[in-house]
Amino acid sequence: MPAVCLNGEERTLPDGATVLDAVHASGAEGEARGVAVALDGEVLPRTEWTGTALGEGCHVEVLHAVQGGC
Amino acid sequence: MDALTIGDRTFGSRLIIGTGGFRNLETVRKAVKASGAEMATVAMRRVDPSARGSLLDVLTEVGCFVLPNTAGCFTARDAVTTARLAREALETDWVKLEVIGDDRTLLPDGSELLEAAETLVGEGFTVLPYTNDDPVLAQRLEDAGCAAVMPLGSPIGSGMGILNTYNLRLIVEQSHVPVILDAGIGTASDAALAMESGADGVLLASAISRAEDPAAMANAMRKAVEAGYEARRAGRIPRRLYAEASSPEEGVAELQSP
Repeated sequence: MPAVCLNGEERTLPDGATVLDAVHASGAEGEARGVAVALDGEVLPRTEWTGTALGEGCHVEVLHAVQGGC
Repeated sequence: MDALTIGDRTFGSRLIIGTGGFRNLETVRKAVKASGAEMATVAMRRVDPSARGSLLDVLTEVGCFVLPNTAGCFTARDAVTTARLAREALETDWVKLEVIGDDRTLLPDGSELLEAAETLVGEGFTVLPYTNDDPVLAQRLEDAGCAAVMPLGSPIGSGMGILNTYNLRLIVEQSHVPVILDAGIGTASDAALAMESGADGVLLASAISRAEDPAAMANAMRKAVEAGYEARRAGRIPRRLYAEASSPEEGVAELQSP
């Protein structure tokens, strides 16, 4: 079971877990509209979420739009 | 008021709203509606499972184009990655580019900002940089291909208004892209002054979101931007050192007793 850093927290996800599983584990709802993922500091396009397995110790950031600006 | 065109988009309002600092989404909705703004900024942050409601739904409902920012970034690299994340999340290649150089004043880091702008323009982004009120840097950003330049009036959230109207006028005079006064607005007269000074638009948040009555202040800001825009075009009178009588000097009665 890979231990990953998900939005700054150490999390253990099931074997074979993909980036999509991490997105759901982050709390993003449904189809995660308006959500983007950075895997180890680089943007991972939505089309690659299901096909990308999480490795031990990788950093996943799951972001969405919040109130902000000035 | 004429429409404002930035890049390939046209906006009926010259007021752009930052959504930071509002107490809740309902306050955002009422204020944005009252402001008449057609574009609003959002920030990219970690998903919070406890968050309630959708900011994007609120902005869509009030008909606002969503402009993601790179707030919180201190390096060109982080700002570029954040812009790419926003493009992925929101399906827009527009970005309000912020690269901060100092965490007390939140003043922009000019060299990192320029580097990030060049990279993002190269990747096809429509870049709206939040910049110092520095005419030379503003020119560099325009030369780099930015779709607008957005000089500050004073530090973000300070409410100090426009501290250097001279620099703003220089930026307005030299620019061939829209100039949006971004940050520092405290009250309606500041927004009017920005427009009277020749800015093409005003971006503000705290002045509305932290006002006692945000929707009422949003309405005031809408009027101020329109008034400043119209006053600029109406052609103000020159400033004079001495008075100039507005009543006829001829035909004044002699009222001394004989």
